[in-house]
Amino acid sequence: MTRKQQRLGLLALGMTALGGATALVLTAFSSNLVFFYSPSDLKAQAISADRRVRIGGLVEDGSVKRGADSRVAFRITDGKTDVAVVYHGILPDLFREGQGVVAEGKLEPGGAFDASTILAKHDERYMPREVVDALKKSGHWQEGGASEAAAAPLNAAATPVR
Amino acid sequence: MLTRLANPARFMRISAVALPWCAWASCAVIAVGLYLALIAAPPDYQQGEAVRIMYVHVPAAWMALNIYLFVAVASAVALVWRHPLAEIAARSAAPIGAAFTFVCLASGSLWGRPMWGTWWVWDARLTSVLVLFFLYLGYIALVNGFDDPGRGGRVGSILALVGVVNLPIIKFSVDWWNTLHQPASVLRFGKPTIALSMLVPLLVMALGFMLLFAALLLVRMRTELNERKIRALRLNSAASVRPKRRSEHGVPARPAVLR
Repeated sequence: MTRKQQRLGLLALGMTALGGATALVLTAFSSNLVFFYSPSDLKAQAISADRRVRIGGLVEDGSVKRGADSRVAFRITDGKTDVAVVYHGILPDLFREGQGVVAEGKLEPGGAFDASTILAKHDERYMPREVVDALKKSGHWQEGGASEAAAAPLNAAATPVR
Repeated sequence: MLTRLANPARFMRISAVALPWCAWASCAVIAVGLYLALIAAPPDYQQGEAVRIMYVHVPAAWMALNIYLFVAVASAVALVWRHPLAEIAARSAAPIGAAFTFVCLASGSLWGRPMWGTWWVWDARLTSVLVLFFLYLGYIALVNGFDDPGRGGRVGSILALVGVVNLPIIKFSVDWWNTLHQPASVLRFGKPTIALSMLVPLLVMALGFMLLFAALLLVRMRTELNERKIRALRLNSAASVRPKRRSEHGVPARPAVLR
């Protein structure tokens, strides 16, 4: 065995060990690495009322009610469960019914979610308006994203909500 | 073939010919790409004109990842085969990669403000790219932090290789965990979710950035080789005139390149 082969072997061994260690760490911490919970996660995890969390999902169709003084109430859904959200402030431009959003705030004792920040979530589709209109016309348009089959999550607890 | 190319003298000859071609080609392709991206491409159905940031952001992100991979592979070659040109390639590529990473972070932040409603969030994708930026900076600092460039190169190579674990994390962060950042549109299983009229400008910009990287890399590698040559010549002349003060520069008398 030459010196070169020795160094190559050492390098391969080191990289394998490092990769394995990283994989283990990521698996162990995966529930802390999610940016937001889906409404189903929120129900399942029984999060205490004073903890700040983020929930993500689609704004349910027909649920947006705008009140006086830029107050807004709507429901965030992941298709299985939904959560009522109240928010007071300026909404991002992309906010609309059927759009993915992430809300940061606290769960009120009554079960409603009091959001202090609303972020719009953009999906991975980029197309001109005419293409979208044509797709909608022919019935090939899927509201809320087409990535479910492609981007299957490895971690069942962190199901993407779109 | 690689060992033939990797001879420093031969590299200087070939790169002198290749450099102007790469430089002019990158200028031309980026000019065409910018025209396609900023003027010819249609506005997005949701994002409107803000989608044009994507034509700089996405290719810069691809370059950030690919250049890191380049640095890591060159570092592995430098560690195992001790080839001086591989170490110079890694050392020269790192600042270019750091610059692309910075462009990616800055342009993403500018896009995030109007679209998401925030300049920055600590989600898995954004955080892992920030870590990549710090890895680049750490590598650059480490490589230049030793009086003996060969020693700095070896320590830096190890850091570069350790940082490789971050690359799959960046790429798959949007699939493994739920993030605010959207999943991949082009490099994914199944059909791209981007319209052809937007994909073409994106790919032209990516090609332009690759050529720009090649041109900048050649300039930096040639400069580094010339610098080492000058240092060696100076040391040799200093050694012949005043043999006692050989070590005052703190550099070994026989640089690796000229052996």
